[in-house]
Amino acid sequence: MGNIFRKAFIKSIPIMCSYLFVSMAYGIMMENAGFKWYYSLLVSLTVYTGAYQFVLVTLLSSGASILTMALTAFLMNSRQSFYALTFVDEFNRMGKRKLYMIHTMTDETYAVNCTLPDTGKEKQSIMFWVAFLSRCYWMIGAVAGGILGQIIPFDMTGIDFCMTALFVIIFIDQWEKAESHIPAIVGIVIAVLCLLVVGQQYFLLPSLLIASAVLVVWNMRRK
Amino acid sequence: MDTKYILIGIAVSAVVTFALRALPFVIFGGKRQMPEMLVKLGKVLPATIMAVLIVYCLKGAVVAPVATGIPSLVGVLVTGGTYKWRHNTLLSILLGTVSYMVVLRII
Repeated sequence: MGNIFRKAFIKSIPIMCSYLFVSMAYGIMMENAGFKWYYSLLVSLTVYTGAYQFVLVTLLSSGASILTMALTAFLMNSRQSFYALTFVDEFNRMGKRKLYMIHTMTDETYAVNCTLPDTGKEKQSIMFWVAFLSRCYWMIGAVAGGILGQIIPFDMTGIDFCMTALFVIIFIDQWEKAESHIPAIVGIVIAVLCLLVVGQQYFLLPSLLIASAVLVVWNMRRK
Repeated sequence: MDTKYILIGIAVSAVVTFALRALPFVIFGGKRQMPEMLVKLGKVLPATIMAVLIVYCLKGAVVAPVATGIPSLVGVLVTGGTYKWRHNTLLSILLGTVSYMVVLRII
């Protein structure tokens, strides 16, 4: 038991560095937008998905429609379905821990899970503790960020740019791996057009819908 | 801010996200394969979504090209440039955000 926990902790160290930092930025951004630390904790506890949590701050504070939130969550987090798909068999064998494993799968824990050697029960326990620890890091950072945001003596205006920076980095990663750059270019062009036509208040929803539709058609037509 | 609206927003987000995570267990639990078209779509769609979101993050630049546009441009260039250079996520977020905040105050 102690041995498995130690292995899981070592596997989770890279996640710890990134989660504490990013979720602290999230907590500060929430505080800056007028949401107290317990809202950061609530969102981290129930939604628990990095990039979308940042977008949700902006959506909530700009008074976006619930439909916009649902669709944005759907499109941003649909990748989770593909992650889960990889581990259907494994999680099905985990009994009571199954639901917890489904809820706590993120980009980072998925990546770590993929590196684990197949050791049956031991692997399952390591996956569980990695998921558990990662979720703790994320919640600790979010709460710490919220409290830090209250006591930081100087003006934190502009801290929300950490969301933009995070997305730019994800975008570059995807760009470097991509076989075709058409999906990325479609996204930029459609979003800019919608922004110019519809205006900044409401352009997110039409942008996501039109860009996804174009991608579905493009995806069906290519070999 | 309206507490009810906030709580509904969080609840809807949580339900949608959990449903997506659980979806393969409901539909594909019986070892069935996901249709190939969906698998292909899953590989290309994230880049499109991320591109739309970057434009969403930078939307303020259209309304205020100088006051918001220039700091945003500097922030994106610093983030992207340092990331291309070191491929260190934390470093690039930190430098990008700090440079944005600094330029925001100078202009």
